[in-house]
Amino acid sequence: MRIIFLAYFLTLSVLCQAKTILVGKNHPLKSIKAAIAQSSDGDTIVVQSGTYKEGRILINKQITLIGKHFPILDGENKSEVISINADNVVVKGFKIQNSGHAALEDPCGIRVYDKSNVTVENNILDNNFFGIYIQNGKNCIIKNNTIKAYGKEEQLIGNGIHCWKSENLQIIANKISGHRDGIYFEFVTNSVIWRNISSNNIRYGLHFMFSNDDSYITNVFKNNGAGVAVMFTKNVKMFNNYFEENWGDSAYGLLLKEIADSYIFNNRFSKNTSGIYMEGTSRIKVEKNVFESNGWGMKIQASCMENEIVNNNYLKNTFDISTNGSLVLNTFNSNYWDKYEGYDLDKNGIGDVPYHPLSLFAVLTETNPSAMLLYRSFMITLLDKSEKVLPSITPDNFIDNSPLMKSLPL
Amino acid sequence: MNRIIKIILLDILKNKIVLGYTLILAILSWSSFALEDNSAKGLLTILNVILFTVPLVSILFATIYLYNSSEFIELLLSQPVKRQKIWLSLFIGLASSMVFSFLIGAGIPLLINSPDSIGFMMIIVGCLVSVIFVALAFLSSILTRDKAKGIGIAIMIWLYFALLFDGMVLFLLFQFADYPIETAMVGITALSPIDLARIQILLHLDVSAMMGYTGAIFKDFFGTALGLTVSFLLLCLWAIIPFFISLRKFNRKDL
Amino acid sequence: MIHITDLNKKFGKLEVLKNVNLNCNKGECIALIGPNGCGKTTLIKSILGMVLPDKGQITFNEKSIKNEYLYREKIGYMPQIGRYPDNMTIGQVIDMIKRIRNTNQELDQDLLKAFELEKMFDKQMRTLSGGTTQKVSATLAFLFNPDVLILDEPTAGLDPLASEILKEKIIKEKEKGKLILITSHLLSELDDLITELIFMQEGNMLFHKKIAELKTETNENKISKAIAKILKRTKNEPNH
Repeated sequence: MRIIFLAYFLTLSVLCQAKTILVGKNHPLKSIKAAIAQSSDGDTIVVQSGTYKEGRILINKQITLIGKHFPILDGENKSEVISINADNVVVKGFKIQNSGHAALEDPCGIRVYDKSNVTVENNILDNNFFGIYIQNGKNCIIKNNTIKAYGKEEQLIGNGIHCWKSENLQIIANKISGHRDGIYFEFVTNSVIWRNISSNNIRYGLHFMFSNDDSYITNVFKNNGAGVAVMFTKNVKMFNNYFEENWGDSAYGLLLKEIADSYIFNNRFSKNTSGIYMEGTSRIKVEKNVFESNGWGMKIQASCMENEIVNNNYLKNTFDISTNGSLVLNTFNSNYWDKYEGYDLDKNGIGDVPYHPLSLFAVLTETNPSAMLLYRSFMITLLDKSEKVLPSITPDNFIDNSPLMKSLPL
Repeated sequence: MNRIIKIILLDILKNKIVLGYTLILAILSWSSFALEDNSAKGLLTILNVILFTVPLVSILFATIYLYNSSEFIELLLSQPVKRQKIWLSLFIGLASSMVFSFLIGAGIPLLINSPDSIGFMMIIVGCLVSVIFVALAFLSSILTRDKAKGIGIAIMIWLYFALLFDGMVLFLLFQFADYPIETAMVGITALSPIDLARIQILLHLDVSAMMGYTGAIFKDFFGTALGLTVSFLLLCLWAIIPFFISLRKFNRKDL
Repeated sequence: MIHITDLNKKFGKLEVLKNVNLNCNKGECIALIGPNGCGKTTLIKSILGMVLPDKGQITFNEKSIKNEYLYREKIGYMPQIGRYPDNMTIGQVIDMIKRIRNTNQELDQDLLKAFELEKMFDKQMRTLSGGTTQKVSATLAFLFNPDVLILDEPTAGLDPLASEILKEKIIKEKEKGKLILITSHLLSELDDLITELIFMQEGNMLFHKKIAELKTETNENKISKAIAKILKRTKNEPNH
């Protein structure tokens, strides 16, 4: 009992000490740096609207920094704008711009150095080299930020949200465009990426490496240079995401490379050059996804094994499936293929004839891409039809034994 | 001129074949759109119609019609009518009736079921293909006086463009797979109107695959405004050149 | 009116016309005769521009007919075998030609009435007998009051009555001062019609003479006999 009282008084005393410092034209304090210098842990600094050109603002105390009506923090293309070097910092409601470009030191809009419990919320980041950079952070939240840059070349721009060697991050509801990678994860574990929109980035919408046990849910990845890449990772859950309009000769809705034990559920892949490209992937379950209007629904390289592809809809794709070898170590079951031409005499909703999703022409173009020139020509259609009846070039165990007659309501 | 075109158009309209052709196109298009739950299969059916049926019917019907109207041509020639006018009127009459059939049979369902760039592209290309194969029919019918031979030539032309040409291209592609022949291949497609037409439609229908294609020849040539213009010009040439050759021959023909 | 100089035409290797020269003037009624395949029809078709000569020139009213077509307004042509679009009716054919010619000129409907074609106006061309087709051809040739009439075997296939009607019509037109060119191998038919005679053989024009001249020369009253006499003479000539 006494201990509880003691704790109560202690917190009360801390709260009493915590003060609010106002910064702005109409206040005695005109500079944020000065305000930080005056503050102590637990204080709140409220910044009025206006433009603040103070160079690199270093936050080294556990404070809350709040902008009213989006005050502009301008790095004047010379320096990083906000550096967070303390735990429990909150940065909220700023417009952070012009961090400058430099190859060696990676200037950022906001950078967190080896700290925990940092929250970056409701900011607008405009024309920064890196947007938000979390280095060795724990339990950080990045929420509701709009991150925009105008990169033209991969080498001349950094990532929107860059996370390195961190854990327990929450990346929620950000909008990222024009960076190199929209969201970049390297050695990040136990984190969640939720409700973000990553579009028009030069390389990947989401770039994911050596990051185990993460999930990303309900994000939109649209029109990025090469789509989304998930590589060298285990135990990733990808749910309810949209992968759209990623076009290019090496562009994918989702690139899976050296991945194991992951679950891809209820995503929509539409209008990508390749919906999913798999290489060295094993023990993945791809379930209840929609592949629509892609060039290639899935490209499964021969190095993939023990993957299960179940209950997906394949609609209006140029090719549903393509592969580069004849070895088939993956299973296809109960998918809906709009190119299926079989029948269902017993009316159980499952086609009575197995479906070969791999077309002859998909194999031909894999060896000789120029053959694409002849696609849908009458001769190719004839060849494809005869191959379907009597498989000779395509592996005959590449098969869906229970194709659905009607598309799944996804 | 208009008087003669009018006479020819009326005569063609009386012909049951054109009506049947329109009806078949309409049935094919409507049913393929109605039966499938996505419009892609309907579009594919119409694509095959454009690449297969339209050329065949256009070239065969026009060739046979030309042979059957030899009396008519002879009759007109003894009248004060310019030779060119007779041939041109026949061409306009036949081409416009084939285009009209296509527009009614396949164009309307396309507009209703797919009122986007694919639909419009298909309509334009289908009309062009109709005109081109009517022009080729004029060429094949002027080459020989013998009706059976003329129809044979027409069928050969169709077979060549619909099947053999693509077979040759496929053969070349694999024979020279180790060489950088992609640009040459773009040039080779110009040698077949059906291929030109097909690629223009594919660029809209299979846009994801085409735009992401490795060699990028599609994106860099056919996908650009220049490529589009060039391929449409080429398609027009495919209609104009055969017809003009036939016109020159007709001007020098003894009847 | 029509001048032909050095006309040559080959069909493949076959020389159909060899250096044909011919002058035809207003008011003449010329018979073009000769054995089958002697080039009569080709000559006529050359004048009409349906056959294009290899060499030589044809002028109509002092103007070359090459690449011209308007001169055909002044010609009425009755082909040897009239070929018409099968599925058109007599009325439609006549109507179509009227529309193509598009003249405001008064039409000569004598033959239309004389042959009683109006009764058969909705008969299709393919159902017609050869004779009726010829009647249609003749009607069309005379319909537009042309200055020149070119009749290829006009009476072949016509019944005697129709034949007589046509002959009378030809005489009537001749008296109006028109140029009339007739080919035929039935010489007796032509006796009371023609003023001049051309005999062709293997693409050559053997002779071109006025009838009166011919008759006095041979002392024969019948044209057929006169011709036979001349032919015999020319045949024998090389033997002398």
